[in-house]
Amino acid sequence: MDTFIHLASWLCLLLGCCFCMIGGVGLLRLPDFYSRIHGGGVTDTLGAGLVITGLMLQGGLTLTTAKLAMILLFLLLTSPVATHAIARAAQHSGLKPQVADDAA
Amino acid sequence: MSNFISDISLQIDLVDIVLLTILVVVAVAVIRVRDLFEAVVLLGIFSLLSACIFTTLDAVDVAFTEAAVGAGISTVLFLATLTLTARKEKAQYSHSWSGFIVCTLTGGALIYGTLDMPHFGDPDAPIHQHVAPRYIVDSPEEIGVPNMVTSVLASYRGYDTLGETTVIFTAGLTVLLLLRRDRRSRDRSASPPTAETTDRRGSHVMRHAMVLRVMSKLFIPLILLFALYVQFHGDFGPGGGFQAGVIFAAAFVLYALIYGVEAAQRVAPPARVQVFVALGLLLYIGTGLASLFAGGNFLEYKVLAHEASHGEHIGILFIELGVGITVAAAIINTFFYFAGRGRA
Amino acid sequence: MFIAAMLGVLATMLLALVRALKGPTVYDRVLAVNMFGTKTVLLLAVIGFLTGRPDFLDLSLVYVLINFIGTIAILKFVEFGSIGSNEEEARA
Repeated sequence: MDTFIHLASWLCLLLGCCFCMIGGVGLLRLPDFYSRIHGGGVTDTLGAGLVITGLMLQGGLTLTTAKLAMILLFLLLTSPVATHAIARAAQHSGLKPQVADDAA
Repeated sequence: MSNFISDISLQIDLVDIVLLTILVVVAVAVIRVRDLFEAVVLLGIFSLLSACIFTTLDAVDVAFTEAAVGAGISTVLFLATLTLTARKEKAQYSHSWSGFIVCTLTGGALIYGTLDMPHFGDPDAPIHQHVAPRYIVDSPEEIGVPNMVTSVLASYRGYDTLGETTVIFTAGLTVLLLLRRDRRSRDRSASPPTAETTDRRGSHVMRHAMVLRVMSKLFIPLILLFALYVQFHGDFGPGGGFQAGVIFAAAFVLYALIYGVEAAQRVAPPARVQVFVALGLLLYIGTGLASLFAGGNFLEYKVLAHEASHGEHIGILFIELGVGITVAAAIINTFFYFAGRGRA
Repeated sequence: MFIAAMLGVLATMLLALVRALKGPTVYDRVLAVNMFGTKTVLLLAVIGFLTGRPDFLDLSLVYVLINFIGTIAILKFVEFGSIGSNEEEARA
């Protein structure tokens, strides 16, 4: 049971890092601002969630795990709101998304 | 390679090297970027990196303060200043060689001066032989507070902390003196804001930002609660008065950002906030005077109760509260004066 | 393994930093800084576990809240400041 939890936490940590890096590469390579938001979104929710879940599995049932759960909750609440605010501000100031017929 | 994997200090060294390199890159970028707004955003990243480096150096209380002040409050105040000035830096076409030479010579002299000092982290350095062991050995019995940083800050070095709190009080006072006269003269000359303009600006915020409004209503109580937790948990973990004051002020700043400075000033009228700036410092000095009246020296907490360590606990509690109140009020005051000026 | 997790998060921070330095519009930079902030939260939590001192989680918690406030502040001031001439700059 212990090795299973240990293995699961390693897996979560490594997967979380992979998703973070995928999101980071997406932030760099995607062509338009509005599509780059998706790159950031992947890291903030899936990547962060998996990393923190991995750390929680390492911690067991202690105050540390409760604090990690709170961090996860706050992250999941604040990151989408911040991203929404960024997208809204960009739209209000006139930044237009790149649509297919622009490129053609 | 197996040495690297098993040795945690080597891993932390690698992280340190990467973080310091990124820090240098960001610093160069801040200097080179022409648009001041982007410089402010990059300074936010700079303070984040500093917080991470402090954490790898095991200085958690400092990292805490850096995270709260540098990326939150400093960014907000820089942006408030930017609304009053130009956004782009003026292009400089002449380079000053004399300035460069002076800087290089001074920096070289400073580096030469540090060659005489003991190595970083050297266990034989004088500070690790005399001062630090005394605190580490005696603090558990004399004071009994688990977080040794708090016991050094609040009790052993109580005078220094009193000086720091006075500095914060003076800074808040200076902001008041410099900026208040400007507002009063401007209010007298300009017409008072009509209900229409306030409404228009206020309703622009409120009509379109429903997600922000709802989520901030959820967060502001949590931030305030967390500030109280940090204040009173400073004895046991990282935290204390300074950090708690900054986080408490950050909640008010968030409210002012979402709902407008006028609404925030209805919640926390500037006149009352200014009273609190002085009240915190008075609480600190009052604790010192109380220990004078109880028969000990100024700021000698152990005479405040029957048992020495209980007296220390009570003294630390009150002065941390005083520090927290002054810091929170000073930051809220400064933010109100900075942010309120941009509306014209 | 914590060191692998830490290196992964550091690599992501580097990528976000490149976007923050490069980003043509100001909103790219704000997005990159926001992402940098959440990666700092993860980095602090992992460093805490690596050095065996879970007190660092208070730091991560503060960081989540402050990151949010900083992002909202930047966006608010971009909106307030984007009256008149700054709109074309923001679009460029």
